[in-house]
Amino acid sequence: MTPDLRALVVFADPSLHRSRISRRVADAVASLPGVRVQDLYQLYPDFYIDVRRERELLKAAPLVVFVFQLGWYAMPSLLKEWFDTVFKPAWAAQTPGRLQGKAAFAAMACSGSERDYGPGGRHARPLEDYLAPLRQTVTSCGMDWLAPHIFYGADSPDPDAAAHHAGELRALLARHAGLGRAEGGVHGA
Amino acid sequence: MEHNLLLNALVYLAAAVIAVPIAKRLGLGAVLGYLLAGIAIGPWGLKLIREVEDILHFSEFGVVLLLFVIGLELEPRRLWSLRRSIFGWGTAQVVGVAMALLLAAVLAGIDWKTALIAALGLSLSSTAIALTTMQERNLIPTPSGQAGFSILLFQDIAAIPMIALVPVLGAAGSHPDAGWMGAAKAVAVIGGLVLAGRFLIRPLLRFIARTGMREIFTAFALLLIIAISLLMASSGMSMALGAFMAGVLLADSEYRHALEADLEPFKGLLLGLFFIAVGMSVDFGVLLAQPWRIVLMATAFLAIKLTVLWLLARFFGMEGRQRVLFSFLLSQGGEFAFVVFGAAAAARVFDPDTASSLVLVVALSMMATPLLLILYDRVLEPRWQRRPKREADAIDVNEGHVIIAGFGRFGQIVGRLLHANQVPLTMLDHDPDHIDTLREFGFKVFYGDATRVDLLHAAGAAHARALVLSIDGIEDSLKLAAAVRAEFPGLPILARARNVTHYYELMDLGVTVIERETFDSALMLGRRVMEELGFGAYLARQAAMRFREHNLKSVLAVYPYYKDREQYASMARRAREELHAMFERDFVAMRAEEDEERRERSEGGARGIE
Repeated sequence: MTPDLRALVVFADPSLHRSRISRRVADAVASLPGVRVQDLYQLYPDFYIDVRRERELLKAAPLVVFVFQLGWYAMPSLLKEWFDTVFKPAWAAQTPGRLQGKAAFAAMACSGSERDYGPGGRHARPLEDYLAPLRQTVTSCGMDWLAPHIFYGADSPDPDAAAHHAGELRALLARHAGLGRAEGGVHGA
Repeated sequence: MEHNLLLNALVYLAAAVIAVPIAKRLGLGAVLGYLLAGIAIGPWGLKLIREVEDILHFSEFGVVLLLFVIGLELEPRRLWSLRRSIFGWGTAQVVGVAMALLLAAVLAGIDWKTALIAALGLSLSSTAIALTTMQERNLIPTPSGQAGFSILLFQDIAAIPMIALVPVLGAAGSHPDAGWMGAAKAVAVIGGLVLAGRFLIRPLLRFIARTGMREIFTAFALLLIIAISLLMASSGMSMALGAFMAGVLLADSEYRHALEADLEPFKGLLLGLFFIAVGMSVDFGVLLAQPWRIVLMATAFLAIKLTVLWLLARFFGMEGRQRVLFSFLLSQGGEFAFVVFGAAAAARVFDPDTASSLVLVVALSMMATPLLLILYDRVLEPRWQRRPKREADAIDVNEGHVIIAGFGRFGQIVGRLLHANQVPLTMLDHDPDHIDTLREFGFKVFYGDATRVDLLHAAGAAHARALVLSIDGIEDSLKLAAAVRAEFPGLPILARARNVTHYYELMDLGVTVIERETFDSALMLGRRVMEELGFGAYLARQAAMRFREHNLKSVLAVYPYYKDREQYASMARRAREELHAMFERDFVAMRAEEDEERRERSEGGARGIE
């Protein structure tokens, strides 16, 4: 069904017309060969997720990338629903699990500067702290947690910054996907 | 007599059917084709037709219909916004051209009375030729088209005093009180027309539409226009102007599209007949007697008129390319010239020789227009091709609307949702009672049988972004879907299906977005039942969503076989079987998923590959 899938991008952006940055990122990443973008809010506007399809894609992909923006210090609700239905412990958290040995990372754009995410800053804690539940979910399922790709200052109007972020993410994804493939092998062949 | 009528019809239709396609094929345009057909069958060709005058007179009704249809597209508000253009451009054109011609004629030593009438008559252009060409080329929204249209409209108004002026100049004597009486009569007729349009014609149209008989609707439309034309003619005004006014009065009515679609074939045929009649009326006897004089007159006339038009366009700041096209479009003499010259001959302002020469000049100038346009298309336009066709895009109007065919209980919900989100809509429905109710709520709904392709054209399907197919009747729905697929292959169809068979039949026609009309509301009620029985609301929702998903999948899975079964089972049995099979499949599929989940839970992740 999904031969040569090198990376699965789980993309969750609930903003009405897609934020400028998300769109850049999705476009930049979708053009890579072997990368599948699952645009959750487009696919499941009624919050009813095709669990079987998502699991098939997960099984086939050696690398999973979560692209989203934080809202009240957590992932968008549809992405949480995705975890709740697709990553059911009975399916995902066995040892050795189906997801064992796959790699994952999060890519996110945040408004505010890096200084806001720290002691004394507006958000008090480093961004990584807010990703802790995601990280723990992923590692509990036996996946490797790679360093997140973070774009601070996403609210600045500079269009070059967004393009730069998208380009960086694309390069990072290409690099990791290559690695992931060497380790994980090709599924479904 | 009847025999004769049919025979004549045979000749006209045969001539048109032979000449027009050939002319089109050769790139000469339909108008020239008709003119040539007219010459071929007329007194100077095969001599098949003799009563040229009568035919010309009769077929002028084509121009009347043309103006009615044009009027339908111009709401009073838009017409009002054109008032400057009409009187500015119109006065400038008529006065400018007439003055130039008068000057030339007087310099050539012609008696001033004759020269004045000739100049005035020749300053008018042919609405039939210019407007037909403008419609054919979709020029009406362009600057040259707007100017041309305004001028033609003004000419229709200006023709009235011109015709009235002729007897005053003539030797035949005039009735001194005719002017006042005429003016009073004209005002009364126009006032009556406006009132009737509001308070009489609309309710009548509604009443007729309610009978649901299309041919009676068509008959009423024709009756209406003929009645108005005769009324206008009886008070000495232009029939075309009357028809135009009637059209404008009905432009914001819900029956606009239906009227347009119903009259379209009559308009086309009668205009064709009119052009044939012009071709027949070319008196080659006069031409042969004094060929040089006639050619000189025609050439001089065209040269003067073209020059004045070009200068006017320049003066009004029209762009270079448009300027030339505009001059070509309005260069010919018009059908009103025939009337003016006829009146002048009757009033003995013209001697018969002058009258027939001038009529010939007008006919020749009419024939020159298609030739000038060919010159424009083949020689001038390619030279200007440097700039790509950006222009045409920018001017296009009523872009991006959504058409809702069938605005009943179902279509209304779709329409209101879209309306609330600022999506421009055009709605079509064939139930007059519906339309009345909806108009009370401020919706624009048009009356008509949406399965007719011409109505879709009139409703602007060519510019629509999508068609919502929410008609009640399965047969009509399929008919419309097929017609749209054939006529507007690029227009996405989003359809309402009455039942699964209808769903499949729509799929057969290539429709991809289909919703069964009762499916989602029934699921919703099913959820409420489960809640009533004590299931948790969220569980009920999940169950309904799951049922929905499986059902959609199984509907698609059965699709390839639905035709085979049709041969065996009766409709009722099939429906029952289908329902039964559907439940069975749903049950099996749900079970399978539950089993799978259970298996996965117990086996753990041992198998990496499924």
